[in-house]
Amino acid sequence: MSTNGSKPLLEVEDLVASYPVGRGLIGAAKREPKLEVHAVDGVSFALNRGEMLALVGESGCGKTSTAQSVLRLIETSRGSIRFDGQEITGLSSKDLRPLRRRMQIVYQDPYESLDPRFRVGATIEEPLQVHGIGSKDERREEVKRALELAGLTPPELYIDRYPHELSGGQRQRVAIAASLVLHPELLVADEPVSMLDVSVRAGILSILDDLRDNGLAVLMITHDLSTAAHYADRIAVMYLGRIVEEGPTREVIENPQHPYTRALLSVVPKRDPRDRGTPQILRGETPNSIHIPAGCRFNPRCPMAIAECKTVDPELRRPAASRDPEHLAACIRV
Amino acid sequence: MTTPLLALEDLNVWFELPGGGELHAVRGVSFDLEAGERFGLVGESGCGKTTAMLSIMGLLPPNATVAGEVRLDGENILARGEETVSPHRWDDIAMVFQGAMNAFNPVQTVGSQIEEPMHLHGVAEGKVARRQTEELLERVGIPKDRADRFPHEFSGGMRQRAAIAMALACEPKILLADEPTTALDVMVQAQILELLVSLASDFNLALILVTHDLPVVAQVCDRAAVMYAGEVAESASIDALFHTPKHPYTRLLFAATPDLRAGGDRVASIPGAPPRLDKPIVGCPFQPRCDSAFAPCATETPLLKNVGERHVAACHLNDHVREPATA
Repeated sequence: MSTNGSKPLLEVEDLVASYPVGRGLIGAAKREPKLEVHAVDGVSFALNRGEMLALVGESGCGKTSTAQSVLRLIETSRGSIRFDGQEITGLSSKDLRPLRRRMQIVYQDPYESLDPRFRVGATIEEPLQVHGIGSKDERREEVKRALELAGLTPPELYIDRYPHELSGGQRQRVAIAASLVLHPELLVADEPVSMLDVSVRAGILSILDDLRDNGLAVLMITHDLSTAAHYADRIAVMYLGRIVEEGPTREVIENPQHPYTRALLSVVPKRDPRDRGTPQILRGETPNSIHIPAGCRFNPRCPMAIAECKTVDPELRRPAASRDPEHLAACIRV
Repeated sequence: MTTPLLALEDLNVWFELPGGGELHAVRGVSFDLEAGERFGLVGESGCGKTTAMLSIMGLLPPNATVAGEVRLDGENILARGEETVSPHRWDDIAMVFQGAMNAFNPVQTVGSQIEEPMHLHGVAEGKVARRQTEELLERVGIPKDRADRFPHEFSGGMRQRAAIAMALACEPKILLADEPTTALDVMVQAQILELLVSLASDFNLALILVTHDLPVVAQVCDRAAVMYAGEVAESASIDALFHTPKHPYTRLLFAATPDLRAGGDRVASIPGAPPRLDKPIVGCPFQPRCDSAFAPCATETPLLKNVGERHVAACHLNDHVREPATA
C-alpha cells in the first residue's frame, strides 16, 4: 500500500481555502455582505517521492495556507488532497491520525517552535510518545538516529541540552530532527532558513537535500527565489491564491513565461555587482485576497495585459516558448 | 588629501553586562565615506554593525562606553559626548532604524510625525513645515493627501517610505539605513532600494546601508565593509569584494549566498559560530571557522592593511607570499 513507485505521493486538485474576516460592528449593523479572504483559490499540484517542490511567492500569496491545508491544519472548502492515493479532505481526525505521522512540518522560527522547558531529547521523543511507538530504550535510539540525520553529531552532545543553550542553526536542526523521528514520507518546510544567518543556512538546506535524495518528498515554502533555484526540483510561483507558473526549476528560472514570474525574478538581487540588470519593478502592492480582480488576477499590475485579460481567468497550460512539456503558465499572452 | 564627509577612526564600544564583565561589541572599526556615496555595512547578526551606527548617532544605551573618533567634515563629534553629537543628530546625520516602519505612533497622523522633528530642530514651523512634509511624502512616493492618515492605513512598504521621509525631515547629509528592507517582500524591497538610490543621487546624500544581505549591497552600494565579530574584516569597492576578496570570510560569505544564476550547485556553509565578545579574542577572530587558517592566525591578531586602492583587509594571508601552485 505504502510504496507505489509511479504515482505521486501527494496530489492536490483545485484546492480552495478561505478565512472569514470581520466586517466590524458598523459593517455588521449595516448588514454588509460577509467578507472572506480567499487564501487558496484553486490550487493544483503533485509531488513525488524523492522530489522537492518549492512554493514561492510574496507574503499573502497563499503559499503557507496551501501547505497548511495539505496537512489538514486548516480546513478547506473545496478541492481534493490525495496522500499516497487516499483522499484526506473528508477524514475525521481519528482517521487522519495514522496518516499524520507520515507527514510532518518544520516551521520558520526555531526560537518559537521549540518548548524552552523541554530538553532536546524530550522534544524529539514527544511525537513517538504521542503515537505510542516503541519502548523507552527504542525511543532513545530513534531520537539519536534523528539527531544524526539532522547533523547534530554526536547525539549525546545535544540530547540533554535545552534550546537556550543552542544557536539558531542548531535549534532548527532540533526541529528537523523532531519532524524526522516518525520517518515521515512528506516533509513540509515553511521558510526553514529565513530566520537564520547566511553562513548556517546552507547547512540546514543540505540536510533537506540529502533527505530528498533518500526518498523524502519535500514541499518547501519560501519567498526566496535564489534558495528555491538552488535546491528545488520544481518551482511553483503563487500569486493571490493561485499557482501562476510551474515547472522544472531551471526552466522556470531561465525561461520564465508568466509576466509576474518575470518581474519577480528581475527584482531578486544578484550577488555579482557587475550583474546589475534593469529590475522590472511592479508598482503598488499585491491587492488583498478579499477582492480578487476579475479575469486574470494579475491583470491590474501586468505590463502585458490586454482587454481580454480583464474577463478571461487563464488556466495553467504549456506556454508556446516553453522548452519543457512540464512547464505551465496561467497567461493567455504566452 | 581631502577630508572625507564622515570618517570612523578606531571606534570601540563596550557594553557593561548586568552580571559583571564587559562585551566588546565594536572592536576598532575604521572606514570613511564621501558625499553622495552609497556604502554597505555587511555582516551577520551580532557583528556590531547596528552598534557602530548607533554610536555615530550618539544613541547608545547608558551601559555603553565608546572610544575612538567619528569625524564629520573633520570634526570629532564624539569629543564631548552629547554636547558635540546633538547639533548634528538628524540635522546632518539621520537614521532609519531597523523596524522603523513599525515604530510610528498609532494615534498620530503620519504627517504630524514627520513634521515633529522639523519643529524640534527649528527647521520649519506651521504651514511651511506642512508644505515641506507634503513635498517629502511626494518625493518618497506617497500621495501628499496621505499626510492626514494614520499609520495603520499604510501598507508595510508605505510605512517604510514614510520612515525614510521622517529621517529626511531636517535635510541631513548622511542617511544611515539599518536593514531597511529586511521585513519586506522582494518587489517592495526593490521599490525601497530604488528610492534610496535616487534620494542619494538627487540630494547628494551619503548612504550607509546596514544589512546582512550581500546581494542587496552588491546591487545598491559603491563600496562596503564586511564586519565580523565587531571588526572590519575587509573594506573595498563592492566589485573588488566580490571579484577579488582579500579575506576568506568575505569569499565564504559570498559563497554561502544563493544566487539565481549559479545553477543547482550546493551553496557553501561556514561551519561553527562567531566567537563570544565578552571574552578576549586571541589571534584572528575568524580563525576557528576559516578554511585557509595557518600558523600565525591562532595567536597573532591580523591588522587592517592596505591591499589595493581603497581596499583594506585584516588577514595574515595578505602578508605572506604563498607558494606558487605550480613550480
